[in-house]
Amino acid sequence: MIQDLVVYAAYIAYAIAVLMGFGIILTWVERKQSAVMSDRIGANRAYIRLPFTQIKLVWWGLFHGMADGLKMLLKEDFKPKTYDWYAYMVAPWVAFTPVLLVFAVIPFGGVLIPSEIFSGFPAVAEWFAGKTYPMQIARLDAGLLIVFAFSGLTIIGAMLAGWSSSNKFSLLGALRAGSQMISYELILGLTVLGLVLIYGTLDLTVIVQQQSGTVLGFLPAWGIVLQPFAATLFLAAAIAENKRIPFDLPEAESELIAGYFTEYSAMKMGLFMFAEFIEIAIVAALFTTLFLGGYNLPWMTNEGFLLPGGHEILLSHGVVVLVQMVTFLAKVFLICSFQILIRWTLPRFRYDQVLKFAWKFMFPLALANLMVTAVAVWLLKGGA
Amino acid sequence: MAYDVRAHRRKQYWNEPTMTLWERLYLPEILRGLFITSRVFIRNMTKWMTGRKGALTTYYPEERRADYAALNRGKHILTLRADGSGKPQCIACNMCATVCPAKVIEIEAGLDLMDLVHPKVPVRFEIDYSRCIFCGLCVEACPEDAIRMDKDVPDLPSRDRNAMWIGKEELLSWKPQSDVAKRYPKAAERIGGGHA
Repeated sequence: MIQDLVVYAAYIAYAIAVLMGFGIILTWVERKQSAVMSDRIGANRAYIRLPFTQIKLVWWGLFHGMADGLKMLLKEDFKPKTYDWYAYMVAPWVAFTPVLLVFAVIPFGGVLIPSEIFSGFPAVAEWFAGKTYPMQIARLDAGLLIVFAFSGLTIIGAMLAGWSSSNKFSLLGALRAGSQMISYELILGLTVLGLVLIYGTLDLTVIVQQQSGTVLGFLPAWGIVLQPFAATLFLAAAIAENKRIPFDLPEAESELIAGYFTEYSAMKMGLFMFAEFIEIAIVAALFTTLFLGGYNLPWMTNEGFLLPGGHEILLSHGVVVLVQMVTFLAKVFLICSFQILIRWTLPRFRYDQVLKFAWKFMFPLALANLMVTAVAVWLLKGGA
Repeated sequence: MAYDVRAHRRKQYWNEPTMTLWERLYLPEILRGLFITSRVFIRNMTKWMTGRKGALTTYYPEERRADYAALNRGKHILTLRADGSGKPQCIACNMCATVCPAKVIEIEAGLDLMDLVHPKVPVRFEIDYSRCIFCGLCVEACPEDAIRMDKDVPDLPSRDRNAMWIGKEELLSWKPQSDVAKRYPKAAERIGGGHA
């Protein structure tokens, strides 16, 4: 019992550290990557001076995130004479918390056996007594539903913020956010349904485990191999769900100032921004879990690697756990970087185009994909 | 009389989109765009990783562009007399200060009776670069070709606007060699030394 508590407390600490870390790092990555993409240098003036020396640590502008955070904490917390004060105060948290909660059901590693990791310390190993823990905060058989439930909650945050600010820009932004996010949530669900049909489960752990095999003997059985079409639609819909360019209509800077969080200042605005950056990581983690085999490297098993030729490389449990965690983080980071690439490449949609794109282009495609998948699965299972 | 509704329909002024089917498929064109930006990213990133500069930006105060145009109006220089005496050509006539639209030139004239050919000299000649608009009118106004503008820019970023004044000594000594129109004395012969 106590052992479980210790392990899960460690998981929760790890999850929060990873999400906060991604939130902070991504602000820097976004600045630097966009700069390098457009022949610029990017923010590089903030530095930390070592006390009593003239040594200034610039570190490629890594401290700009810290400077921003400090600025947001120290800024005046301006409050409008708002219509609904309580909703105004609670909205940033309603937008921020569900984003963190989504990570609870995402498996960030395989199975952890503490007694094998601590085999050098017999007392600790004995205490854990051979218990095994899937590396996931909450192992739920309805994991995918939880993901959609929580990511659906963020809409409420945006709507609350826009409504309670008693500002027309905010209200317009909130309306746009509501219609856009609900439309794209539908497409997200439909694209994932194809995978659910193939894997026959909503449990994210099982989905990832099923992706550790191979198809046709050599290809890793990742979702993107089985459902390349759904993967593309999912990523597009997820970026729309996250309200980033090219789908940034709810916060369209050139039209609505900052959209639904126009009236927020200081750290409340920071929470909205931070939620957006963490959601990039969450979208990447979901995409990794569903379509890129999660923590699996190609041909990797819980004991080591099983290469296509039948050649086997055995690794100790500690190394396997480490490789799986690093693999997951690396994949998430790459997908985050890809999202930033998209954000700095594509021009924005017009608002009617966004909804038209969702309902007249992506929705039929997602439905078609689902139907083809259903028929294919039915045929493969014998067509009975 | 038949009333034609279409005649009063509002004219639409935007262009109809003329995209081919390939372009309307979204994905190929998006992939093409992503390919272009990631190509630039990888090219610049390899430059940064191999210790070269992968950007067009110049870190301004630390780094100078080498490619200022030859006629760039960067910083003023006061020319020296051709006789090698090391004295400024300026006769303190105040024409430049008068024509200056930003009113940044301050000249205090002095009398040098030892030099009867050229008795009126500037004791103080100061330019406030925090206000100078680099229009070059002072150069045009000068009857003695005593003030010119060099293509290099002044090294003046500062947190104090009062630190942006440049006096006679520095105007006389600041890299006058890079102006090739007239022969200037070598660095050692110049007043105040300066960076050659």
